[in-house]
Amino acid sequence: MATDTLVDPARTAEAAPPAWRRLLGSWDAILILALLVVVLVASATIEGVGSPRFYRFLVLEAIPIALIALPMTLVIITGEIDLSVASTVGLTCSVLGQLWYLGVTSLPVLIVLSLLLGAMLGAVNGVFITVFGLPSLAVTIGTLALYRGLAYVVLGDRAIADYPQAWTQNAVAPIPGTVIPWFVLVLAALAVVFGVLLYATPIGRSLYAIGNNADASTFAGVSVLRTKFWLFVATGAMAALAGVFWTFRFASARADNATGLELAVVAAVLLGGVSIFGGRGGLVGVLAAVALLGVLRNSLQLADVPANALTIVTGTLLILSVVGPNVVRMTRDRLRRRRPLTTALERTSS
Amino acid sequence: MLPVLALEGVDKSFGAVAALRDARLELHAGEAHALVGENGAGKSTLVKILAGVHGPDAGRLLLDGQPVAFGSPADARAAGIAVIYQEPTLFPDLSVAENIFMGRQPLKGLRRIDASAMRERTNELFGRLGVQIDPDRPARGLSIADQQLVEIAKALSFDARVLVMDEPTAALSGVEVERLFAVARALRDDGAAILFISHRFDEVFALCQRVTVMRDGRWIATDEIGNLTVDGVVRTMVGRDISALFPKLETEPGEVRLTVDGLTRHGYFDDVSFTVRGGEIVALAGLVGAGRSEVARAIFGIDRYDAGQVHVDGRRLRPGDPPAAIAAGLALVPEDRRQQGLVMELSIERNATLPRRWALSRLGLLFGGSERRSAADWAKRLQVKAARNTDPVSTLSGGNQQKVVLAKWLSTEPRVLMIDEPTRGIDVGTKSEVHRLLSQLASEGVAVLMVSSELPEVLGMADRVLVMHEGRLVADIPRDQADEESVMFAATGQREAAA
Ligand SMILES: Nc1ncnc2c1ncn2[C@@H]1O[C@H](COP(=O)(O)OP(=O)(O)OP(=O)(O)O)[C@@H](O)[C@H]1O
Ligand SMILES: [Mg+2]
Repeated sequence: MATDTLVDPARTAEAAPPAWRRLLGSWDAILILALLVVVLVASATIEGVGSPRFYRFLVLEAIPIALIALPMTLVIITGEIDLSVASTVGLTCSVLGQLWYLGVTSLPVLIVLSLLLGAMLGAVNGVFITVFGLPSLAVTIGTLALYRGLAYVVLGDRAIADYPQAWTQNAVAPIPGTVIPWFVLVLAALAVVFGVLLYATPIGRSLYAIGNNADASTFAGVSVLRTKFWLFVATGAMAALAGVFWTFRFASARADNATGLELAVVAAVLLGGVSIFGGRGGLVGVLAAVALLGVLRNSLQLADVPANALTIVTGTLLILSVVGPNVVRMTRDRLRRRRPLTTALERTSS
Repeated sequence: MLPVLALEGVDKSFGAVAALRDARLELHAGEAHALVGENGAGKSTLVKILAGVHGPDAGRLLLDGQPVAFGSPADARAAGIAVIYQEPTLFPDLSVAENIFMGRQPLKGLRRIDASAMRERTNELFGRLGVQIDPDRPARGLSIADQQLVEIAKALSFDARVLVMDEPTAALSGVEVERLFAVARALRDDGAAILFISHRFDEVFALCQRVTVMRDGRWIATDEIGNLTVDGVVRTMVGRDISALFPKLETEPGEVRLTVDGLTRHGYFDDVSFTVRGGEIVALAGLVGAGRSEVARAIFGIDRYDAGQVHVDGRRLRPGDPPAAIAAGLALVPEDRRQQGLVMELSIERNATLPRRWALSRLGLLFGGSERRSAADWAKRLQVKAARNTDPVSTLSGGNQQKVVLAKWLSTEPRVLMIDEPTRGIDVGTKSEVHRLLSQLASEGVAVLMVSSELPEVLGMADRVLVMHEGRLVADIPRDQADEESVMFAATGQREAAA
């Protein structure tokens, strides 16, 4: 084959932009930069921000959000959503407390039963969504109410709080020599697992394909429904793990544990650059967003900003993160289009 | 005579890719003008500039000799330019009639949409084209050919002065093409200017009075059809001599690889039985809507079927399970590359390796560039014209997208290859390359089932021609007896009546 018509020198001459340039322009980089700026500014201006105690509470608060954000990222990349996670946390806490109350005293047994319960709750979501083909938004709004209701059925208004001190202390114990809770290592390990899954396995490849075009994915041999089902199971299990941590961290199992947490998780995932329509985004940005939102919240709290204002700040950030990239793209297109060689006047005269 | 619409010295770049460089075109009233060029030559980009989708970076657009600038497709439409784009862009959840009259629905009192008037006018348009599509059905689920016909009807409904058609016939078979041409000729004789793009030269010569050739985004030549020959046009287009002949290799058919037995899906196809041997290329011919693609999809497991069985190499294939079909050595190149063949937002690399993501992994991990190497290898073999393999496939020209779909499935090294319109939108040079590849695969023992609406392709490539008519298999014609007449006879249902 003659190459003259096939290879265009103007095109081959242009190499891919270097990796660091691509990284710098990315949303991930912007988030990390924003995180650093916020930390520096807040540490300099707000009393108490940047202290060891500050970081310790920051991490403790971020752990459950991050644990659930990991699978949530994958779910949203496939174009679905799970709003029932906070209620799953609540129901797991309640069952865990009740089991302890009824005399199950083995910690491993309690943990395993909790995770199984979470996986089961996720599977229920999965069945409605994949077998009956219902939209995940509707299904998980339903189970958001249902699971929370069940939590009240299990515990009522009681709080189970009499766990062995060793359990509750160990849950929040720092890594020796630091102030950082050791549980962050569990989170880190799981983040690596999810990261590898998303970026370096055939399953990760199919998640992006599903989120962009489920039809074409089916034609390429991706089991779309089966993949989604297992994602919901994983989300349930991770929410349950967050529930276990929650129970021991606060030494309290109550039916209303973690109410509203789903919004914190979804906010972090979207701010992290994952498209609500699926197909785009990644874990780096999401973890950065969890940290950024956490630092903002804790700093403003220390600055005595009322809780309402905090919500306003989070909401504004969220809207900016969703609207921002679109506005940038639209203005770019506008500008490009605005270059035709004739004026509007000539146009109307013709 | 003043051209109705003209382009002068138009440049257009996408980032570093120069799609048009000094492009020119003059369209005259009452004339059909063909635009030809290889995949990626810039034809569709030129169309989008005429349509107001893109603004030119440089150069002028003249309407009746006056410079114009279209800020949007609406401006172009207001100026009397109707466009059929290469890829159908229907709203899937709106009805066919609503798609046709989108944004200018006929109204009755109180500004309510007059649904019955809309339906009537749709039926009238379909009548002119000889199309049988229910105006009230949603566009979702229409075959690519039917989508194309709806787009054509939509463009006709504008009563435009300039009708631009970017590969409107790529998915149509002879009968539909003839009807389209009859309508186009009538419009032309009424004084409309027509721009027609196609990779099928017989069509170009049948419809057009003038031909413009483009290469690498540049205008190369414009001449009257009387001064031209197919070979001459091809040479100008490619810049070298190539043979447009299908290099069919003779092979001895081997063992039966694919057995389809009594396959039935109510409302789509009925009691379809046939076999394909290794080394054999079997064409599945028929008119648009005869159920050919549906059969292929059912075999592959995309759609369920109500009765019948499929065996690959003697083993029964589980219905409705594409991963199992792929594992059994089956591959399906689907008809609709944008919806089914490709994930448009993902890169060439990711698309080309998607079906083989497990095969390319080690211990379940995709590291070390195995995808990159495989994709680069196949992109080169099929001459995909792209800046980088990490670019989204949406930035490729239509024909180059088709090559990525081919790469995606040929790289799975299938034992049974089902291929739906293998060369839809592919230029001459690559078309004969694709035919060579198919022929070579067959000689290596692959069983090939080819759905094609292009009769020369069917007759040139197939060892046997199966013909479908209204969901039934009506003829099985061996190569030496297959000709235009026998295939069209069966495809239009006359064989059955005679038998
Ligand atoms: N949106 C875009 N972004 C980047 N590159 C583009 C875009 N659209 C087109 N191109 C590039 O411009 C060139 C011309 O593409 P175009 O679609 O006009 O080709 P074509 O002549 O219509 O080819 P085909 O016969 O395959 O349809 C190609 O190299 C293509 O990759
Ligand atoms: Mg094109």
